[in-house]
Amino acid sequence: MKDSVSTGVQPLAEQEPVPSAAESLQTPSARSGQAAQDAVTNQAGPSLVPQDMPISTPVHAAHRLYRHSLPVRLAHWLNVICLPILIMSGLQIFNAHPALYWGDRSDRDRPILAMRAIKTERGEVKGGTTVLGHSLETTGILGFSSDSARGFPAWATLPSGKWLAMGRQWHLFFAWIFVVNGLLFGLYALLSRHLWRDLLPKLKDLRGIGRDIRSHLTFRHPTGEEARHYNVLQKLAYTGVVFVLGPLIVLTGLSMSPTIDAGFPGLLSLFGGRQSARTIHFLACFAFIGFVTVHLLMVATTGLRNNLRSMITGWFNIREGGETHDEQASQPSGN
Amino acid sequence: MTSRHLNHRGIDRRRFLVGAVQATGLLLLTGCDNLSRTDWFQGLLGRAEGVTRRAQRILTSRKAMAKEFTEADLSPVFPANGTRNPDNPAYQALARHNFADWKLEIGGLVQHPASFSLAELRELPSRTQITRHDCVEGWSAIGKWKGAPLSTLLARVQPLSSARYVVFHCADPDEDGQNYYESLDFADAFHPQTILAYELNDQTLPIAHGAPIRLRVERQLGYKMAKYVMRIELVESFETIAGGRGGYWEDQGYEWYAGI
Repeated sequence: MKDSVSTGVQPLAEQEPVPSAAESLQTPSARSGQAAQDAVTNQAGPSLVPQDMPISTPVHAAHRLYRHSLPVRLAHWLNVICLPILIMSGLQIFNAHPALYWGDRSDRDRPILAMRAIKTERGEVKGGTTVLGHSLETTGILGFSSDSARGFPAWATLPSGKWLAMGRQWHLFFAWIFVVNGLLFGLYALLSRHLWRDLLPKLKDLRGIGRDIRSHLTFRHPTGEEARHYNVLQKLAYTGVVFVLGPLIVLTGLSMSPTIDAGFPGLLSLFGGRQSARTIHFLACFAFIGFVTVHLLMVATTGLRNNLRSMITGWFNIREGGETHDEQASQPSGN
Repeated sequence: MTSRHLNHRGIDRRRFLVGAVQATGLLLLTGCDNLSRTDWFQGLLGRAEGVTRRAQRILTSRKAMAKEFTEADLSPVFPANGTRNPDNPAYQALARHNFADWKLEIGGLVQHPASFSLAELRELPSRTQITRHDCVEGWSAIGKWKGAPLSTLLARVQPLSSARYVVFHCADPDEDGQNYYESLDFADAFHPQTILAYELNDQTLPIAHGAPIRLRVERQLGYKMAKYVMRIELVESFETIAGGRGGYWEDQGYEWYAGI
């Protein structure tokens, strides 16, 4: 049970009665349907199990696992509030000058990315986006939408209308909550050994990465013992987001502050200039959007209710044993 | 139940979920837009500014210098933003005589109010700095500025102990007739890189960039760096000036402390 995410395991009480190990092994025929089937097919044989096996460790049953501690849950839901606000107010701020550059300065003729409204010869206005020298027409989404020249459309920004001052107010207020939340979580993860125990991928995990990628691509997720701890892709994703992407987006954000630049000139050398830092900040924002998208997809496809409950109450249902993949049952291995 | 039925139910459920997510998103966005227009919520969000100012002042030394670049780093074109030519007859009259009649008045809470002509400012010890200008919109440009350190002028007029802010009154009015203005506290006013610039890239400061002088405050955003400065006033509080928030853009909801 090493590497277990749990801090405590208890039998699932309020669902169908869980037979104790001894009971189920002694009278397999008394149990009904699939569960009994699983017990037979996945067990080496009743004779191998000692008769005095402790009653509290049933072999084939749904278990409750206290997966997410209170600090983890609080940090998670604060991020749920902060991230959409930070992303959308960030796009509002980006819209004030919808172009990205590399280096210290913005040479208007050499952007990496630029969005603009273009008036055609026939008097129509179109939205155009240039990425690394390639131009695309993006009317309605980027450059021009809702009869207005703007980088990202109204539905993607906070506030929805063009309002840089208010976008900055939202962004810089929730940036503080995000940063303090992140620092406290990081400290907690270190001190409680949550980082070492549950998040950091071990060498053993990394060796199995090929198998995990295959099982993710086929939407087959582990059950039983394997579902007690995060799989290697989860570990990589969570560690990467919390300890690499998070610090990266905060530090590139701070690099855009002229006061911080004066106090910590090393930051700009690290990112290659203020405009580079702004570009990395923007890319990191889209990395967050990518993570959240995949995360939500995994939450929804691996037992939405079970996953949601575990992030609210902390308790996660483990479906023991069985190689079968049952869509209807709450699937373990959350996100 | 046949699989066809199940599929239909699946699609219906998906449609319902997508619709529900969209409706929730719209509701939240509308809610946030409404919140953005209330005074109490703006006041709440505005509290972050004080936290940011205190944190940045603790983390960075009062004397920390903004990075200075080399001639090779200069922007090929330094964009002129905001007012490019003040719609003000008095200013235009001064401009016609190359600001020979212009005088910078320094008054308010000082022991020795004084005024300086452009020639007098040029005779003072000067500072030249190649620095990065960061606009609140997000772009940056590098320019070479030459001017008189504000600290030199303040030492001449001797601020009273009650003075807390330095206010810059400018010549450029908006459509409503409100002139641009800005303010600094002493931490930035006495910083060695805070200068009243009369040259940009070795040329006399052009009108588009704020002739005859423009304030440079290298550790803050561009809107703090008032152009077309006519008069400097030392005050205890800026609450009675214009909108009361210490600057033209501050009165429109931007932060007074523009360190980020």
